[in-house]
Amino acid sequence: MKEKLEALKQEALAQLQDVNDPQQLNDLRVKYLGKKGALTEILRGMGALSAEERPVIGQVANDVRGAIEEVISSKQEAFQEQETEERLRAEKVDVTLPGRKLTQGAVHPLSKVIQDIEDIFIGMGYRVAEGPEVETDYFNFEALNLPKNHPARDMQDSFYLTEDLLMRTQTSPVQARTMLSMQGKAPVKIICPGRVFRRDDDDATHSFQFHQIEGLVIGENIRMSDLKGTLLQFVQEMFGDNTQIRLRPSFFPFTEPSAEVDVSCVKCGGSGCRVCKQTGWLEILGCGMVHPKVLEMGGYDSEKYSGFAFGMGVERIAMLKYGVDDIRHFFNNDAAFLNQFTRI
Amino acid sequence: MRVSTDWLSDYISLEGVTSEDLASRITSAGIEIDVIEKRNQGINKVVVGYVKSKEKHPDADKLNVCIVDAGQEEDIQIVCGAKNVDAGQKVPVALVGAKLPGGMDIKKAKLRGVLSQGMICSAKELGMNDKLLPKELQEGILVLPAETEIGKPIVDVLGLNDEILELDLTPNRSDCLSMLGAAYEVSAILGRELSLPNPEKEVMEVHDTAADHISVTIGAAEQCSHYAARYITGVRIAPSPLWMQNRLMAAGVRPINNIVDITNYVMLEYGQPLHAFDADHLKDGAVHVRMAEAGETMVTLDGAERRLEPHMLVITAGGKPVALAGVMGGLDSEVTDGTVNILLESAKFDGGTVRKTSRQLGLRSEASSRFEKEVDPAAVIPALNRAAALMAKYADGAVHQGIVEAGSAHAEPTVITLSLEKLNRYLGTELSLLEVKTIFSRLHFPSGDAGQGLVDVQVPSRRGDIVLDVDLIEEVARLYGYDNIPTTAIEGPTTPGSLTKAQAIRRSLRRLLTHSGFQEVLGYSFIHPQQAEMFTSLASEGTAVKLAMPMSEDRSVLRTSLLPQLLDIAVYNHNRKQPDLALFEIGNLFHTLEETLTKQPLERPVLGLLMTGRKGNKQWNVQPAKVDFFDLKGALETVLEYLGIRVEDITYVANSPEGFHPGRSASVYTGQGENQQLLGVLGQIHPKTQQELDLEDTYAAEILLEPLYDMTNARVAYRDLPRFPGMERDLAIVVDEQVEAGSLIQVIKENAGELLQQIQVFDVFTGSKLGEGKKSVAISLTYRHQERTLTDEEVAEVTEKAVSALQQTFGAELRK
Repeated sequence: MKEKLEALKQEALAQLQDVNDPQQLNDLRVKYLGKKGALTEILRGMGALSAEERPVIGQVANDVRGAIEEVISSKQEAFQEQETEERLRAEKVDVTLPGRKLTQGAVHPLSKVIQDIEDIFIGMGYRVAEGPEVETDYFNFEALNLPKNHPARDMQDSFYLTEDLLMRTQTSPVQARTMLSMQGKAPVKIICPGRVFRRDDDDATHSFQFHQIEGLVIGENIRMSDLKGTLLQFVQEMFGDNTQIRLRPSFFPFTEPSAEVDVSCVKCGGSGCRVCKQTGWLEILGCGMVHPKVLEMGGYDSEKYSGFAFGMGVERIAMLKYGVDDIRHFFNNDAAFLNQFTRI
Repeated sequence: MRVSTDWLSDYISLEGVTSEDLASRITSAGIEIDVIEKRNQGINKVVVGYVKSKEKHPDADKLNVCIVDAGQEEDIQIVCGAKNVDAGQKVPVALVGAKLPGGMDIKKAKLRGVLSQGMICSAKELGMNDKLLPKELQEGILVLPAETEIGKPIVDVLGLNDEILELDLTPNRSDCLSMLGAAYEVSAILGRELSLPNPEKEVMEVHDTAADHISVTIGAAEQCSHYAARYITGVRIAPSPLWMQNRLMAAGVRPINNIVDITNYVMLEYGQPLHAFDADHLKDGAVHVRMAEAGETMVTLDGAERRLEPHMLVITAGGKPVALAGVMGGLDSEVTDGTVNILLESAKFDGGTVRKTSRQLGLRSEASSRFEKEVDPAAVIPALNRAAALMAKYADGAVHQGIVEAGSAHAEPTVITLSLEKLNRYLGTELSLLEVKTIFSRLHFPSGDAGQGLVDVQVPSRRGDIVLDVDLIEEVARLYGYDNIPTTAIEGPTTPGSLTKAQAIRRSLRRLLTHSGFQEVLGYSFIHPQQAEMFTSLASEGTAVKLAMPMSEDRSVLRTSLLPQLLDIAVYNHNRKQPDLALFEIGNLFHTLEETLTKQPLERPVLGLLMTGRKGNKQWNVQPAKVDFFDLKGALETVLEYLGIRVEDITYVANSPEGFHPGRSASVYTGQGENQQLLGVLGQIHPKTQQELDLEDTYAAEILLEPLYDMTNARVAYRDLPRFPGMERDLAIVVDEQVEAGSLIQVIKENAGELLQQIQVFDVFTGSKLGEGKKSVAISLTYRHQERTLTDEEVAEVTEKAVSALQQTFGAELRK
């Protein structure tokens, strides 16, 4: 019997050696180790053995089973590994194909510029104030020291609704409204973004509708040097630490002294290029010390209080910041244009 | 204002200062100069020639052969094609080797076999603006005055060695609408002396009193504070001297004749417009200034008959208007070639009056624009004298003795007291009294110490813009240099910066929507009147507001809805092969409750949404689905949820709002019963509109923001996480097709009790199996108890309750 078992072992191991697929392996397992397999068949003869022989043969049989099982399981593992490898090979993707992106839109570039500017000034302690798009002649002009028939009204032809109501031509009326609502209290620190309207034929640099941001500070000791300091801080946050400003005397009815402000060219840094027409400077805003008449009309004693105001065109700043060459893009709302602003 | 540097040099030395330097210094002191025009655009070897003879070219009809004395060793022969060339003329001759503007080189040449040793030039060929020349000289060669010296370089003759600074004046600096004003400004900037003309000395009067021939009276003192006239007789009308014509052309003014040119020249010099009347056409030489009478008419010198109105100021003679004061003269009293005697007017007319008249009649001129900005009262008499002296000199006129005038100049200088301490406090500077006074002396503003750091400054009447001490502070600042003012930080209390709640909410909406795939757009506040009618206005009561004078009908009404323009934008992109869109805009609607607008219309902020085409990005292996009603509604629900608005506070009612597909649209309300308030509308755009616009199925919504601001609840209150498992039950309910899912949910909520945590519709379908007019709504119910695990029995009980309520209310059946 022992010899039979040994022979079985040899036979099984020899057959197992040549196995090369999992099905065959399983067939051999059933053939030798299964309930009706060869090993069981031989062991059926155990009953005829003596009590001494039985444990010896039993041990041999177990050894034979162990040896066969070991080969089978190592074969199985090999097959599994092979199978896994094949599956992984089959599951390979082309990593250079594009991924499925999240859909996201973008804030309109003008909104983005307004938000950026708001944030800079909020950081400097300003509140954001707003006013109506339809204004009274009084707030749009008179409260800003532009009486009826003032020649400066030539500077901006307006859209009137009635003799007394018009689409605001500037965000400055929000200054006047804020002053009155503050009832003489100081300090005042606000910026006012919003839409404004002027009768301009649309072209690459003009639009009858555009946006402005106005700033106003009133306090007991506000100096023109503070205005310069404020604007310098703003442009450096907006356009970069190396940006410089230059003030040129100018005229606005609601400020005195008044200035136009240039920044060193955002493109070339001041060495001269096409954007700055070789001058190194770009005009971006107007400003000045609040005119005493405007302060008085707003309910502030102009001997006690002083203030400064500034205003800038949002489209102009957006055009410089993003290199946009035609103002009409902002209101055409071409998806191909707007999609370009999906960045942080 | 075009300022000739050649002319400017009459009053101030510009030695060692290039035009570029000067322009940049004037600019940094406050008057912008963008353009410097060099009148000589590259002329070389062009001289004055005398055409001795002209003969027809033997082989060419249109050409002439001229023999020209150009001051060279020998006469030269030039073939010339100009029609107006003739023997005896003085003309500009480009010699062989000459260069002309535009890079033309003149060479010896044969024209149709005849030798030509140069070219006779037109004004255009010399680079001049020939629009200012008479028509015959525009078309042909430039003919020079007979007395012009032969051989003289043409640039000297025509004053082309001049450079023009174009001053871009702000409205307050009308003082620089004159050469003298510009000279004062340049003097202050350069710190150089001025040498000014003294016209009073220049006038040589004849011994015959003007007042015996002419008289002046004013009947409208408010509109005309001063009217002065001189009487000049025996004038010879002729072209003005070439130097004067050159200067007029440099300034952009067309030369006419000596009298008209002199009035223009003096206007440019003093900023004081003058008018010359043919005195023989003024009845009795008696001039009366008054307001026009209603119904009065006059023919202005452009030949047009003008209907006058009582707000217009007129000069009259013999009871009839002969000029619109400061705007335009009358045809009858115009200076013509036959004029002999002149009444020369110099006056101060009220700016507002002139402005109103010139605007109303559309007659704006160099003169009216100066009056509009208020001329210097102190210049009225000097300008009058200056022009009289020039008329004596260049038109052989006899200036009669005395000035005839009415009203007075009121040219007393303003004195303003300035505090040095305030100046330094205002600017943030540390200027000394001496530095400040030096600046005033450069401006020719006399100043005196008033003690205690105060300065009394006399402001001459030419600077009418300076009224307050802050105006003086600006003068000091601009001449001291804005660049020299320090850069400081604001002192005093700090203030917290912030957005208002509404501003913060709008920003949050932008963030949410853009991150959810929506693109922000910006429309115009103006729309077409028909667009204002397209959709149910959220400003439900009230009417649209119109512009008084729109630029086009497309943009003539203030928008009552954002949706028409969202559609325009969709069409614009659709036409550019960008059909898949998810757009939003945050903007204002306008409407008024008044029949006639007397106060500001209501402005209400709204959120507009639009979806069309397919949703999501185009992918290489997934076909994105087309958007539908529920994508749009879901977007809106996301917005509301994000703002913390409770679902049960919002009702969707299928009442077919205007402009939408009647079966795929709803109005959105907040509140219940009497407090119900329209919040917005949403739905598919009406298929008829879609077809007209050639759009695919498009969905849009518009929601009022103000109610949302009030309802927004940003507070998050933590709830314990569930510790016991929930139980789910699915119901498939068969009801009539008309029954809305919302009502089913409502009834279930009311009847299923507190255990019900969540209701979710997960399927809706119709089919023949269900029977005609029936639909199946599959709803998933989730029950949970906070304290214990639920039993099947209690869940079955509450579900049964809900189901029987559905059966009673809607005749619903459960599908097995």
